Amino acid sequence: MAENVFQTALAGSNLQLNRDHTTTLQINVGRLCNLSCKHCHVDAGPGRQEVMGRETMEAVIGFARRNSFTTIDITGGAPEMMPGITSFLERLAPLTQRLMIRSNLVVLLERGKDDLLELCCRLRVAIVASLPSTNRSQADGQRGQGVWEQSISMLKKLNGLGYGQKGTGLELYLVANPAGAFLPVDQCTAERKFKSDLAGKWGIEFTGLFTFANVPLGRFRTWLERSGNLDAYTDKLVDSFNPATVAGLMCKKLISVSWDGFLYDCDFNLAAGVPYTGTPIHVADAGAIVPGTPIMTGVYCFACTAGSGFT
Amino acid sequence: MNTYYDPNDLAKFGKIGEEVPELSRKFFEYYEAVFKEGELTEREKALIALAVAHAVQCPYCIDAYTHACLEKGSNKAEMTEAVHVACAIRGGASLVHGVQMRNICEKISM
Repeated sequence: MAENVFQTALAGSNLQLNRDHTTTLQINVGRLCNLSCKHCHVDAGPGRQEVMGRETMEAVIGFARRNSFTTIDITGGAPEMMPGITSFLERLAPLTQRLMIRSNLVVLLERGKDDLLELCCRLRVAIVASLPSTNRSQADGQRGQGVWEQSISMLKKLNGLGYGQKGTGLELYLVANPAGAFLPVDQCTAERKFKSDLAGKWGIEFTGLFTFANVPLGRFRTWLERSGNLDAYTDKLVDSFNPATVAGLMCKKLISVSWDGFLYDCDFNLAAGVPYTGTPIHVADAGAIVPGTPIMTGVYCFACTAGSGFT
Repeated sequence: MNTYYDPNDLAKFGKIGEEVPELSRKFFEYYEAVFKEGELTEREKALIALAVAHAVQCPYCIDAYTHACLEKGSNKAEMTEAVHVACAIRGGASLVHGVQMRNICEKISM
């Protein structure tokens, strides 16, 4: 069996990666997306058929009801494209203090999505939107030609609805993944600069910004291989291992469920096909998530422990 | 060796201290202190370093500070403007010496 170099790095710092109390349920509703971003670790795109069905949605709602999650985080693909997304949101909202939906922004410009936006406003769903850069060529380079322009347009629309505006209770977060094979900017520095750039040039406001390293899985890994960056990028992640990040890693408090209803420690293990506990457990059969359970790891985990980490 | 410049050599920079460690230690301590946030941010210092790297045409520095600028939050447009600053100073430095040429011309011409 190949050595798990991430476990070796943990052991070298006298650390173990086990679960704390699980407070966040992340639901990956599928790989269908209107974009094919180069950094996507789940290889989502327009041609993908994997989308959560009604039966799995019921099982996920049951799981959320049986457990107490302070946050429910809906991701994909593009969750907005899942048939039944509106009723799913309506039924999940009463089960948590905080409901979040990840969005690529562009999909919300499609016809028929205004009803979804109205629902998000009414349910106070936090929107977590991707925007890798305030620079057009870098954003389009990662996400596709014309995406930056449409993203700016949707951010203005969201501001108009009250998202990202003080006093409305409508939270708008941005996620900036690096537009290439390099590490993310320190989160506070990036947030300051994005706030200044977006407000100064386009009058856009937002609640906060997260910076995450790109994880060498899925389409991003393919891009790293094709562009000759895989070895150097992997070395950079490994060399940037910061033991201080381990205690705050998001996988310690989060459980992820896939479009077909199986549990994973995080969205990256989901993309890599490494199930929670190592054995596939369907959400319909799952009981409580037990603190202390070891978290499954792979070499890609170095993306979450590089520099200031993915917490 | 096929070329004087090999990207892998950048990682060997620290080995320069093997022969004269005390001077090397002083240099790297100073270097690290220079790039820490002060009156200028780390991002601004990396942009200056990128511009200087182009002015002195050091491929190692261009490689290192392209990565550093991106990881400190500069975008490609800002980095390109920094390179133009280097270009303007280099070009301007040549052109301004035209004053010397003109002075000499004036002195020796009728």
